[in-house]
Amino acid sequence: MISIKGLYKQFGQLEVLKGINLEVKKGQVIVVIGPSGSGKTTMLRCLNVLETPTKGAISIEGQSLDFSKSVPKKSVASFRRLTGMVFQNYNLFPHKTALENVMEGPVIVKGEDKTTVRKKAQALLEKVGLGDKIDYYPAQLSGGQQQRVGIARALAMEPEVMLFDEPTSALDPELVGEVLKVMKDLALEGMTMIVVTHEMRFAREAADEVIFMDGGVIVERNKPEEIFTTPKEERTRKFLNMIQ
Amino acid sequence: MKMYLNSIFADPERTARLVDIAKTSLWPLLEGAIMNTIPLTIISFIIGLILAVLTALARISHVKFLQIIARIYVSAIRGTPLLVQLFIIFYGLPNIGVTIDPFISAVIGFSLSVGAYASEIIRAAILSIPKGQWEAGYSIGMSYTQALKRIILPQAARVSLPPLSNSFISLVKDTSLASVVLVTEMFRRAQEITAANYEFLLVYSEAALIYWVICFFLSVLQGFMERRLDRYV
Ligand SMILES: Nc1ncnc2c1ncn2[C@@H]1O[C@H](COP(=O)(O)OP(=O)(O)OP(=O)(O)O)[C@@H](O)[C@H]1O
Ligand SMILES: [Mg+2]
Repeated sequence: MISIKGLYKQFGQLEVLKGINLEVKKGQVIVVIGPSGSGKTTMLRCLNVLETPTKGAISIEGQSLDFSKSVPKKSVASFRRLTGMVFQNYNLFPHKTALENVMEGPVIVKGEDKTTVRKKAQALLEKVGLGDKIDYYPAQLSGGQQQRVGIARALAMEPEVMLFDEPTSALDPELVGEVLKVMKDLALEGMTMIVVTHEMRFAREAADEVIFMDGGVIVERNKPEEIFTTPKEERTRKFLNMIQ
Repeated sequence: MKMYLNSIFADPERTARLVDIAKTSLWPLLEGAIMNTIPLTIISFIIGLILAVLTALARISHVKFLQIIARIYVSAIRGTPLLVQLFIIFYGLPNIGVTIDPFISAVIGFSLSVGAYASEIIRAAILSIPKGQWEAGYSIGMSYTQALKRIILPQAARVSLPPLSNSFISLVKDTSLASVVLVTEMFRRAQEITAANYEFLLVYSEAALIYWVICFFLSVLQGFMERRLDRYV
């Protein structure tokens, strides 16, 4: 359902993605690991078209963008709706309450009816365990709570795939669990997810497959138990030794 | 100084005359403020703000042509005295057959001025909003305009409220310049009154006091608005 073909991204002289090829099936949970600067964030941002790839093609659920040609703004906007992005530092809208953060997309972008959306948003916030915090502003919430609002905000657009960029790395250790729990529940519900994270327990427990990226390419892809116990590539082994 | 005070307190007749002048000039001064100073300030500020937002957007846009127009406008207004601008509009334009009513001339002059200065405030405020806010907007499918209107400008408004309040308070005082293009705002009223009685110190001080009261009231209002907008931080 997701297919990335020959994806390249260059920032000026710096080539960050050097030909990414990736197929992800519906309902799969893919964890992406790799050293700093290997291009993990850039790959996610290309999927969300926050960065325009230099060349290559992405297709999600039958919609595709070919970046070897110039892509019209309209198709970028509709393509973006297929993916929900969860940012490392949450990026909630500080001038809106938790509920308003979640309602913003469906009301403004999709033009849905406010009362219907309110109910849906309330249900989403309950689902991420924040039913009692709907009228709080982001500044009144802990990091873990803010990140859960971030997840609810992305889910409200009913994306085909959820993208997570190190969703717990800005959190105090005691708050990591509550966010991972929400993500595991999502995975169990069958949501397609691509998760950049260094939480190996999450990878073991929730991922169908783990991808190791280095130097702008995918070096290895395998089931979590295989990649963690018997990595095929030397680079993967070195990296895993370093972080464990 | 001593002589002036002596002349007041030693001479009951003069004291009575000054009290009388203070009383009788209060209403004409207030009338000048209510009929001209305040409307001139409010109208010019509103038009100026609209101009300022448009100019700020032009400056941050990726359209070179708009950027250049905006830059020239801001540079020209900031680089020339407001008094000279007012003279050009009111006394200069009739030379090419464009005659404009005093009040309208003043509105044009002050709006252009507010537009240029406030555009810099608003531009800085927009640029101060983290890039992640744009991206969060885009990531839920917003267009540039939607992200700007719903996400960026409301936050930029909070950031720019204190400096814009300062501009507004300055504008109240700057409108006294409109006296030179024959708008009978408060200061011109004061000049008219003193032309008849020569009590410059008394009448100008009275006008100053009224400016002060207006500005004091505005800074109270500013504090109130800032607290309201502070709810979320
Ligand atoms: N907007 C940009 N302009 C220029 N260079 C960039 C930009 N974004 C990323 N880079 C560079 O691209 C490279 C890959 O960055 P990226 O953020 O994708 O790495 P990452 O794998 O997510 O690393 P980390 O684990 O530190 O988050 C880095 O060298 C980074 O400096
Ligand atoms: Mg990263």
